[in-house]
Amino acid sequence: MRENLAKAFALTDTQLFRRAPLPKSYTDVLGRKLFLFLLTLQGLVAFALITLGVILRKSRVARNVIRPRIRQEIARAGVALLPMFLFVALALGFLVIGQTVSALARVGATGYLGSTMVIVVVRELGPLLAAMLVLARIGTAHVIELGTARALGEVEALEALGIDPVHYLIVPRVIGMAVGVFALTVYLIIVALASGYLFAFLQDAPLTPGDYFKQIAEALNWLDFVLLALKTIAFGFFIASVTCYHGLAQPLRLEDVSRVAVRAVTQGVIVCVLIDALFILLYLVT
Amino acid sequence: MSETENTAVIEMRAVSIGAMRDISFVVLEDVNWLVAPGEFWTVAGQQFSGKSDFLMLAAGLMAPVKGECRLFGVDTRTFDEAKLAERLHVGLVFAGGQLFNQLTIRENVALPLQYHHDLAPAAAAQAVATLLELLELTPLADITPPNVSDNWRQRAALARALILKPKVLLLDNPLAGLGTRHLHWWLQFLDQLSHGHNWCDGRPMTVVATTDDLRPWRNAKRKFALLGDKKFFPLGSWNEIESTNDPVVKELLAVPLETTI
Repeated sequence: MRENLAKAFALTDTQLFRRAPLPKSYTDVLGRKLFLFLLTLQGLVAFALITLGVILRKSRVARNVIRPRIRQEIARAGVALLPMFLFVALALGFLVIGQTVSALARVGATGYLGSTMVIVVVRELGPLLAAMLVLARIGTAHVIELGTARALGEVEALEALGIDPVHYLIVPRVIGMAVGVFALTVYLIIVALASGYLFAFLQDAPLTPGDYFKQIAEALNWLDFVLLALKTIAFGFFIASVTCYHGLAQPLRLEDVSRVAVRAVTQGVIVCVLIDALFILLYLVT
Repeated sequence: MSETENTAVIEMRAVSIGAMRDISFVVLEDVNWLVAPGEFWTVAGQQFSGKSDFLMLAAGLMAPVKGECRLFGVDTRTFDEAKLAERLHVGLVFAGGQLFNQLTIRENVALPLQYHHDLAPAAAAQAVATLLELLELTPLADITPPNVSDNWRQRAALARALILKPKVLLLDNPLAGLGTRHLHWWLQFLDQLSHGHNWCDGRPMTVVATTDDLRPWRNAKRKFALLGDKKFFPLGSWNEIESTNDPVVKELLAVPLETTI
């Protein structure tokens, strides 16, 4: 238990680099930044793997305690964000789809609408936007909650009670966020596509609803559904891992909270972009 | 008594103890200590003498920097999840309680029972209610810890440590900051646990408490030890404490020291 956390955090003892005086040459500064990046990446990957290991190994341990906590986290990272997502989906439909439909209609290329929508909204913008919003709303809360729990000695208290802190504190948050990002992305895409047509209709685009949804259905293939599920679950899993990692990595003082939250969000964004790049490669290969 | 029952519950041999926050900083060296089943130890020390780290090691929550620490005959270095059962025989009450602030007192107390026996809240309710009643916590059961006084928070932490009916109870400065009524209740209740309380089916419990004030612990039946200058000194019974001239012990007894101005 304690070893689990210690292993991950020992890998990212970046304080040595952060406290050292600034090097004089630009190449040394670059080298230090690179070292910090690699150390952090190593720690994050170790933490994510440990969390994954605990999810698999302890799936049958204390279900009566962990399942309600998972439900609570799904409600927080999913259901509670629905109203905000409906608003964002309407805006997305208006901004992207409304604009695209009218632009394609002007050049008489409405036949490409379905595939354009699938590429822009289903494959790229929908999942990424959902992940960013969940990161901003719930990820920061994770950092603050876990940092406070660490500062108040709750992690030591869990260990004294024989309860694995990763199992009790991290697993519900990671599963909750993975399910939350997946579900919210689906809602976001459906509402954005529907509202997009509404805006196109208001602009008198020469397109019937039947043609519009037929084009989308033809542009989609089974791989889109599989990769969408994998991508959103990966977004949720890694965002939660990054934010939980920063929350638990060190006991936070009040003055540290804003700095660590900003760092966690920045790294969360970078991780999402890296995952997105990986999936673009997958799309290109397949 | 069988041989197993005679085995020391806590055994430290030539142990060096690192600080919990920074294991490389050694707070105690060359500690040799044996705790037999049913003993009641009071370990005294001034602030920052390493009392909390000493208890964390005794509870098997960290490994010694040097030497060997055994809990129920098992080396704590090898403590992992496979040996969780042994670990659960030890209850630890932190200084200040360290309860989970987002849970009510009832949920705090129920958590270890629900987690280790995979029980739904309803299934654990009876045992939790009995313990809360015993510790006079029933009226506060549905309140979160930040909304109760330190006295009751400390008692809730005791309830959480007792819910699994441990064989060994470790308490980190449990009497610090308590009101007189609570202080008497604690001393009486710990004595009852040590002699065998109904909650633990009449089985005498091994109790180790740390303190920075020896005065409330006056009792010839207890064993005393002192932490100071990075050393562990077993002092024996209360009679020996009273006869010692050690300035640290005198300070912990609040006896005025002879000073030259």
